[in-house]
Amino acid sequence: MNLAAQYIRRELAIRLVRAFDANKLDREIDAIPIKLRPKNEPSSRCCIYHDRAVLKYRLMALLGYSIEDESDETKTLSSYLEDVIREVSEGKDPYAGLEHKMAPLSVCGPACSGCPDAKVVSTDNCRGCFARPCMYNCPKKAISIVGGRSVIDQSLCIKCGKCVTACPYHAIVKTSVPCEDACPVGAIRKNEFGVAQINFEKCIFCGKCFNQCPFGAVMERSQLMQILLAMKRGEKLVAMVAPAAAKQFPGTIEQLLSACKKAGFAEVMEVALGAEKTTRHETAEFVERYSKDPKMIMTTSCCPAWVNLVAKHMPEHIEKVSLTPSPMVYSREIMKEKDPSLKTVFIGPCVAKRSEARRKDVDFVMSFEELGAILAARNIDVMSCEAYPLERPAEATARNYSHSCGVTEAVIAEAMGKDPGFKLNSKQINGIDKKSIMMIRMHLAGKIPTNFLEVMACPGGCENGPCSMR
Amino acid sequence: MEKIKVEICCGTACYLLGATRLMGIEQNLSKEMKDRVEFEVKPCLGLCNDERLGGSPYVRINGSEVLANATPDMVISRVNELLGREEV
Ligand code: FES
Repeated sequence: MNLAAQYIRRELAIRLVRAFDANKLDREIDAIPIKLRPKNEPSSRCCIYHDRAVLKYRLMALLGYSIEDESDETKTLSSYLEDVIREVSEGKDPYAGLEHKMAPLSVCGPACSGCPDAKVVSTDNCRGCFARPCMYNCPKKAISIVGGRSVIDQSLCIKCGKCVTACPYHAIVKTSVPCEDACPVGAIRKNEFGVAQINFEKCIFCGKCFNQCPFGAVMERSQLMQILLAMKRGEKLVAMVAPAAAKQFPGTIEQLLSACKKAGFAEVMEVALGAEKTTRHETAEFVERYSKDPKMIMTTSCCPAWVNLVAKHMPEHIEKVSLTPSPMVYSREIMKEKDPSLKTVFIGPCVAKRSEARRKDVDFVMSFEELGAILAARNIDVMSCEAYPLERPAEATARNYSHSCGVTEAVIAEAMGKDPGFKLNSKQINGIDKKSIMMIRMHLAGKIPTNFLEVMACPGGCENGPCSMR
Repeated sequence: MEKIKVEICCGTACYLLGATRLMGIEQNLSKEMKDRVEFEVKPCLGLCNDERLGGSPYVRINGSEVLANATPDMVISRVNELLGREEV
């Protein structure tokens, strides 16, 4: 977790909303990077000018632009802002003409440090000892002692790290490229300029690189501006708050809903109501599939990064993914039935939801962080809000969707209600990474008997999502 | 003896900008300290205006002294100072 990047992201978002509300964003936006890094004050990177350059790109991402699409380096933030305002007022998608319009993540080249390739190296701590555990533990005979010190032949080294653990002097270290390490699908690599680049054909938008980059170079493309503009025009927006919201803000979920209302949303709802529908349909779907083929395996469909993983990296298993829509999609349905003129805003901790929302006609996605920025800018304290009078609270199992095992538990409870003898042979994948993907493949290939496979991209579930408040 | 009053701002701005890390301070205090310090979580203290946003999270001590960019260490050492003792 990169707390410094988190801080600056949040600070920028709060300032952006404040300036927007004061009707002076157009005049002030270009000055924000300079105000935040004035001369003669400490910098976080090599110098304040580098800091300012990166801050400009952060603001660009906040305005919704992908940094990869920058074609004119001299273009100011205020003219980007003008573009967004003009396009939105004409009812158009401001990013429609851009190459990366569908990608919720963006890498800021100037922020990327171009970390050197992963390598195992021996350091000055080496004492050239008699036992030489590094040499004896190396499966590739890549280590020799030259001039009383261990030396690793990089052409033989397979970076297994056995020598790293074997050395009692901690003399051998493994360097790494954090984004590449974090990416479960090998979608982020350095390009010919030595700067990280996301391959969007492969990217499942799990947001792990976004969280892991120590330079905060991976940024999320925000829809905050579009949301603010829609509110200002008086459009009726509904805040659909994900179940993961429970522990994100001080106060209860009911208080958070009141806070959303105060912030300018016309309607509010908890997405857990949509989750109830997902449970009903997913259970029915499971029972039906099972009755047709007791040897089948079905996997959950509510985690969008997981669905992206199957679609992009194991398309042969796509029919095993439940066809039941996610809680977000059902929530949209519920609200649109109530009032078709409503514009839906999903508020959650997830990057990948942005990609699902585009496919499923949810108008906007906002992170908890961005919601927090709006609340902070408008001086709304969640803890001081009264509880929102819900028609009824969502079922406990639905509110529990954001935890690992939550979906499975909900399905079991639902099925047992109809048939007390119901048995599920379920497995949960608690977090997608390179290792768990191998497990997933075994499950889907039938090598480990399972008939219900729940997969959540984030360890612990959505509440630990890449854009959660933590 | 008067207790030292520590107010942790948990208004949305401070919460977003790091107050969560301050909320655990109380649990990590020795019993002795706990008896002499009183913690309170507060709604917005009204300090997070635009220019000073970079100072969140704020902590107020004994109703008047304000700590900006507060960290658990800062709060604890200030409390210790007020208690008139060396680091514990
Ligand atoms: S939120 Fe802490 S001073 Fe306003």
